[in-house]
Amino acid sequence: MSDPVLLINVILLVIAIMTAIAAMWTRDLLGAVMLMGIYSLLLAVEWANLFAMDVSYTEAAVGAGAATILLLTALTRTGTREKEGPNFHPTALLTVLVTGAVLIYGTADMPRFGDPDAPATVNVAPEYIAQNVGKVDAGADGPENDFGDHVPNAVTAVLASYRGYDTMFETAVIFTAGVCVILILRPLASSARRKTAQSQEDA
Amino acid sequence: MNSVELITALLILGGAFLALIRAVKGPTVYDRVLAVNVFGTKTVILLALLGYIGNRSGFLDIAVLYALVNFLGTVALLRFVESRRFFQ
Repeated sequence: MSDPVLLINVILLVIAIMTAIAAMWTRDLLGAVMLMGIYSLLLAVEWANLFAMDVSYTEAAVGAGAATILLLTALTRTGTREKEGPNFHPTALLTVLVTGAVLIYGTADMPRFGDPDAPATVNVAPEYIAQNVGKVDAGADGPENDFGDHVPNAVTAVLASYRGYDTMFETAVIFTAGVCVILILRPLASSARRKTAQSQEDA
Repeated sequence: MNSVELITALLILGGAFLALIRAVKGPTVYDRVLAVNVFGTKTVILLALLGYIGNRSGFLDIAVLYALVNFLGTVALLRFVESRRFFQ
């Protein structure tokens, strides 16, 4: 292979696929959780290699960190052995293959990588770069600022102004999910506390 | 990327692969925890090396983040193995 970086990318992806297969194959759920952590680390390196630094950060923090702890917390309620049964599900394999084929077929319609005439770069992106989004006319007697009445950072303009409601309710969804997780896990915590209190009374 | 850097990267990947084999085979849970830890370290080194090769300093930040996340994961795994529960 002529390009060494491409060679490293291919090796990383092959190891990632092998890790994923091993994680599915194993009956030991604790081992599967660890293999998923390895898988996330591999994917994060791959994202960094593709210059997607923010995705790489997220993959490392969520995939390798938070998801591992979340899965382990689930294991405290379920046990660490998978039920005996067939390891091979033809229907599931067929579904995955068909979905993958449809997705790959869909990439045929995508514009070339870095194409300046791609729809994503000609639609609203020039507005963001010209910093017109979130522009407020403060008027002659409005507060003075150095930014010419617009949001000074393009990312802030998109996230907090153009998609302000989206970001706000995203936060609400994540908050709800967190409350649900705490509610599910709480009985375990309180029963454990009751047990400690009881043992202290006994002593 | 010259040949020395390429060989270094391939050796690190080989080491990571050996750790992966140990993580799959086990046999005890401590072998697996150690293998995951070694694998995380290899990832950190590989990222630092790739950042050096490509002259991209942002890779070092990510490598530091991975080291922290790896430590967190190991501690969580060992706590689970020790007591089988997190809330007490």
